[in-house]
Amino acid sequence: MNDPLLRELVPAVTGVLVRRGADFASAEDAVQEALIRALETWPGDPPRDPKAWLVAVAWRRFLDAARAEASRRGRELAVDAEPAPGPVPAADDTLRLYFLCAHPVLPPSSAVALTLRAVGGLTTRQIAAAYLVPEATMAQRISRAKRRIAGLPLSQPGDLATVLRVLYLVFNEGYSGDVDLAAEAIRLTRQLAVLTSEPEAAGLLALMLLHHARRASRTGPGGRLVPLAAQDRSRWDTVLIAEGVTVLQAALARDRLGEYQAQAAIAALHADARSAAETDWVQITEWYDELLRLTGGSPVVRLNRAVAAGEAGGPQAGLAALDGVDPALPRCTAVTAYLRERAGDLEQAAGLYAAAARSAASAAERDHLTREAARVRQLLR
Amino acid sequence: MKYLLLKHYRGAPEPPDWVPMDQWTPGEFDAHVKFMNDFAARLEGTGEFVDGQALAPDGAWVRYDGEGRPPVTDGPFAETKDLIAGWMVIDVDSWDRAVQLAGELSAAPGAGGKPIREWLEVRPFLAAPATVTE
Repeated sequence: MNDPLLRELVPAVTGVLVRRGADFASAEDAVQEALIRALETWPGDPPRDPKAWLVAVAWRRFLDAARAEASRRGRELAVDAEPAPGPVPAADDTLRLYFLCAHPVLPPSSAVALTLRAVGGLTTRQIAAAYLVPEATMAQRISRAKRRIAGLPLSQPGDLATVLRVLYLVFNEGYSGDVDLAAEAIRLTRQLAVLTSEPEAAGLLALMLLHHARRASRTGPGGRLVPLAAQDRSRWDTVLIAEGVTVLQAALARDRLGEYQAQAAIAALHADARSAAETDWVQITEWYDELLRLTGGSPVVRLNRAVAAGEAGGPQAGLAALDGVDPALPRCTAVTAYLRERAGDLEQAAGLYAAAARSAASAAERDHLTREAARVRQLLR
Repeated sequence: MKYLLLKHYRGAPEPPDWVPMDQWTPGEFDAHVKFMNDFAARLEGTGEFVDGQALAPDGAWVRYDGEGRPPVTDGPFAETKDLIAGWMVIDVDSWDRAVQLAGELSAAPGAGGKPIREWLEVRPFLAAPATVTE
């Protein structure tokens, strides 16, 4: 049994413990301990029924902890030792765990960590390694988050928008260390899209699949960023693209458009073009108009729309579309530099690329923009 | 012993024949980035690498301004002399080794493929007190 299969069982096992009367925080701790135990012992001695094994070990851990707590307080243990599981189906438990872990009272970093542990079944150590923080820090973040939501019933329906936001954040973190967060986000979103009929869940899944399909082509030697137009499209994963398009089409057919579906539609149009030159920029611009409407005129969407408008109608159209976009917006200078270069204004473009590099939010982006400045300056020589 | 190798955007002495990065050729820039990556990978290989991070040039000075008042910020660093660009932490056996490695890092290629010879600041970490002191 591999890790993802083991991790899939985690939310259901937590659900069983909660239905037997454990509070969420203690149940989740007990399951985490059972999970660590499973990772240690299963490779040499796999159980016949993995879920039953996890439930048994986690329940024992929970009882031990509850007894220790009860004796510490000098009280009788009120928890029934072996109650029958309740009638609630496990799928509902999992969906409710998503809602609880991404509860709007939690700050995003806590919701992300708790979701990865309680729904994703990752260990605290793995989550800490993925986010490059000490394990003790991540453990504190998770237990603080659990205290924050203590007392909230698992049975309450939650806010799907915050759940999707959390999964989107996890996906964007990419991967560092031994945990591939992008793949984990896809797994969790895939599972969520089965549990809810909301088309935006499918929209987010499609968006992730379509972006993930391009991952191999997005970086060159030494982690260098390769922009979309320069990517080797033969390295795009056609299986993921096909799945993303199918998921998206089914979501769009429900006729309840949302931001993630619109973003996925744009990604699908890129995936559909055999070369950068064959991209349907007119249709992409129209989808950005749709996104502008859906987001109430988001400045980031306006900026991205300007790029599409520049490709569809030429650099002057792009520069005109930039009108009214705050120049302090991240990447605005880079977009302006690109459009100025295409308009033939190399001197200004080089300066703008260099300025954009100084305000870049990642080292890879900074290096890419510095290199662009160098490239344009060379054209000037 | 751990040492911090500090790289400055500004505030370090100007290296001889300095050419700003955006005026290199793309090939020269790629060679520079490759050198940096290879350097870190080599120190991981020798068991001497601890951490490396880059900082954005923007930031602010901030200080406490009394109970119930928001902290004072003086905005961007524009007026300050020193601006740290990033660091590498190494764990090596001696000061001499730290200096040797900083010297190698400062030889990263720049314009014309020649070493940039930028000044790096090498600072020892204050360690935990030793158990046996006599």
